[in-house]
Amino acid sequence: MKVSFTINGKLKSVEVSDGNSPLLWAIRDGLDLKGTKFGCGKAACGACTIHVDGKAVRSCSFPTKYAEGKEITTIEGLSVDGRLHPVQQAWKEEVVPQCGYCQPGFMMATAAMLKEIPNPTDDDIDNNIINVCRCATYYRMRKAIHKAAALNSQNS
Amino acid sequence: MRIKIIYLSISFFIIALTLGFANMDDNSNKKTKEKQAELILDAPFDKVMAVLTHKRCINCHPAGDTPLQGEDSHLHNFDIVRGENDHGLSAYTCNTCHQSENNDYSGVPGAPHWALAPREMVWEGKSRIEIAQQMMDPKRNGGRTHEEIMEHLTEHELVLWAWDPGVDAEGEAREKPPVAKDEFIKAVKEWISDGAIIPSE
Ligand code: FES
Ligand code: FES
Repeated sequence: MKVSFTINGKLKSVEVSDGNSPLLWAIRDGLDLKGTKFGCGKAACGACTIHVDGKAVRSCSFPTKYAEGKEITTIEGLSVDGRLHPVQQAWKEEVVPQCGYCQPGFMMATAAMLKEIPNPTDDDIDNNIINVCRCATYYRMRKAIHKAAALNSQNS
Repeated sequence: MRIKIIYLSISFFIIALTLGFANMDDNSNKKTKEKQAELILDAPFDKVMAVLTHKRCINCHPAGDTPLQGEDSHLHNFDIVRGENDHGLSAYTCNTCHQSENNDYSGVPGAPHWALAPREMVWEGKSRIEIAQQMMDPKRNGGRTHEEIMEHLTEHELVLWAWDPGVDAEGEAREKPPVAKDEFIKAVKEWISDGAIIPSE
């Protein structure tokens, strides 16, 4: 089955034998975009978070067939015209990652949250960003999320 | 001596006969009880409620703001909450993980309109009678008429998902309600068409 969608601004198609197979597989193995990570495969950790039409989605639990005609963004497409996204900028400034494996998922979840909640409180962060980081970088992430919100409002 | 033996034999015979009758009595009581139970379970109301009190329904009609999950109805992992419109939080909705059909790869269940039942439709911890009264009360059922409740129970894709619950993260099939789908639909229609009478328990 052929599934076509826009990913990081480019129109792409993937050929999958089972339309229900996870979009994560099509992104990583079919399109060779390895920034999105496979953590649990059970929608539990958030490492595979991407945006589908601007909303955070766990791609290990999103059938490829549902991507037809959608706008997909992965961590590779978060920066625009070579300029870091405020979330990436804040992550860099706060030196958030440890091993780094979970980070793309967190950054995608954060970028989606800031669209809905431009100035999140600590409670908003706790409730909406529920990915898992095995290196426990949560404290630095919290600081980076507040910084990203500030950068966002400066830019706008 | 001989007479004694005759008396003893007669006594044993009488005792055996009595025990036999007692046993027959027990058996017929048991049968009547089984028949009664069958009759009770056969009543449309009972069939409907056997389904509505099953975990496939109760898990999304929880007493609190967190959905229940799994065969043991534990609180949904990761402190998931209902949010303002019963559909999760603004940046973390039910659809971040649940799509409109079951996902056998991840074991995440899905159906159209995946969401929690509103707070006024809590079923967890309530009796069959309380659930039925609440369900048929327009003040607590979202202003639905009997007709609309019938439609909701027999046609809504999220309700009917209970008979197609998919597999969990370990690939194990989720338990279906104790009454078959067609039988449930028939029972709902019969019960509501007959006036949706709620028995007193
Ligand atoms: S890999 Fe998708 S949530 Fe863990
Ligand atoms: S930085 Fe290592 S898992 Fe999060």
